[in-house]
Amino acid sequence: MFLFLLLAVVAVAASIAMITARNSIHSALFLVVDFFCLAVLYLTLNAEFLAAVQIVVYAGAIMVLFLFVITLLNPGNEETDDRLRGQRPLAVALGLALLVEVALLLRTQAIRDRLGDFPPATSFFEQVQTRINGTPTAPIGNVQAIGIELFTTYVLPFEVVSIVLLLAVIGAVVLAKRQLR
Amino acid sequence: MTGGDIIEAVVKSLIIIVALLTAFAYMTLYERRILGRMQLRSGPNRVGPAGLLQPVADGVKLAFKQAITPRGVDKPLYLLAPAISVVTALSAFAVIPVGPTYNIFGRAIPFHLADFNVGLLFVLAMGSLGAYGIVLAGYASNNKYSLLGGLRAAAQLISYELALGLSLVGILMISGSLSLTAIVEGQARGLWYILVQPLAFVIYLISAIAETNRAPFDLVEAEQELVGGYHTEYTGLRFALFFMAEYINMVTVSALAATLFLGGWHGPFDLLSGPWWLLAKIILILTLYVVLRATLPRLRYDQLMRLGWHWLLPLALLNVVLTAIGITLLQ
Repeated sequence: MFLFLLLAVVAVAASIAMITARNSIHSALFLVVDFFCLAVLYLTLNAEFLAAVQIVVYAGAIMVLFLFVITLLNPGNEETDDRLRGQRPLAVALGLALLVEVALLLRTQAIRDRLGDFPPATSFFEQVQTRINGTPTAPIGNVQAIGIELFTTYVLPFEVVSIVLLLAVIGAVVLAKRQLR
Repeated sequence: MTGGDIIEAVVKSLIIIVALLTAFAYMTLYERRILGRMQLRSGPNRVGPAGLLQPVADGVKLAFKQAITPRGVDKPLYLLAPAISVVTALSAFAVIPVGPTYNIFGRAIPFHLADFNVGLLFVLAMGSLGAYGIVLAGYASNNKYSLLGGLRAAAQLISYELALGLSLVGILMISGSLSLTAIVEGQARGLWYILVQPLAFVIYLISAIAETNRAPFDLVEAEQELVGGYHTEYTGLRFALFFMAEYINMVTVSALAATLFLGGWHGPFDLLSGPWWLLAKIILILTLYVVLRATLPRLRYDQLMRLGWHWLLPLALLNVVLTAIGITLLQ
């Protein structure tokens, strides 16, 4: 619980710093701090694979690409101020409204029944273990559990997502080639 | 976690850090001596017997240099960058198994700091985080050449990480685990994976050299065109930290190659197995590094990208497919 509170405070502070930072490189780095807090949260939930993937994919690959683009274009600290002036109060009001809405919804019994207990009585890994081995105690790792679920229960969404990503890659290549000509 | 466990972890961490720093110091000497031999000169041989105290002299010299912070740098990032480089380089070694479990002072002590069940991903994660140190150093230095070095590093790391990661998928398919300890055990029971996955081994070695920014892939710090690259504006100990991170990364990728492909701390036919075998294998791969540096000219930028994307990546994918077919046929 103490660890969770610490991580939550750091994560929220980093998020606020990210949107208020003037320098876009600093913003990107605060986002990386946020990713790290999330990864450690996954670790406390015994989801090592998710934590590792969070670091490898988001912090290691995507944010390095972001940094690459930001340093390449090197925008000054001065921009974006005037363009968003009218939107700031509106954004705060809408954000608060959303927060209140979520809080109210979470208090209703119907939603609580759907969500179940937290933390759940049987974890995701135990559920997969029970389905594959018949007993929840048979040793099956984190990675295996996710792999089994991805290629059995969620095989269709998994393949659809791969096709969507492939289409995005093809689209990017087509756009880049058109500019060359 | 008892008090004993905590003391054990602290002692192991200290041993790993001291060992890696010593390895860094003597790797510089080893490299310079071999380079000297290959270029028909002696190399540093004056400080101490056979030049053995040269690293100490270098360290003292760097420590007493003035720490200059140029005008116009992004101060927090400028100071953070070398620290990120060293921390990621040091922590990657935590999951590499160095030896079997020994009984010391009546305590069963496994010779690795952490047996993480996603250990391999952890090493890869630390490797990709190392890029931040270089990119941030390039950005924060307020220098065109440093920035170019940093940008090159980012592009190079992203390109070669893919091939590196994919070359290891075959091993995961054969061993069925992401834990390095389990992978070493798997090799002790059967063949070393270099015999089963020779293509993956070659792809891994090439990508690893590119990941550590070593010759012939050292465009990141090409002194002829970039003055020095991302660390141009760093002096004294801060520069030494980047230097240290580069050499420790070399040791780590060599240790990983030895662990994944060459049986780790096991000897051939399990002969006299122990940490010394891992050390011997690491030295062998590091020697290859130095010999490559002495013999190959640096690649051009377009050649670097073509090699990564047109050759290594498709070959790594092919290796995954071949391994899958092989496993299915053998079952």
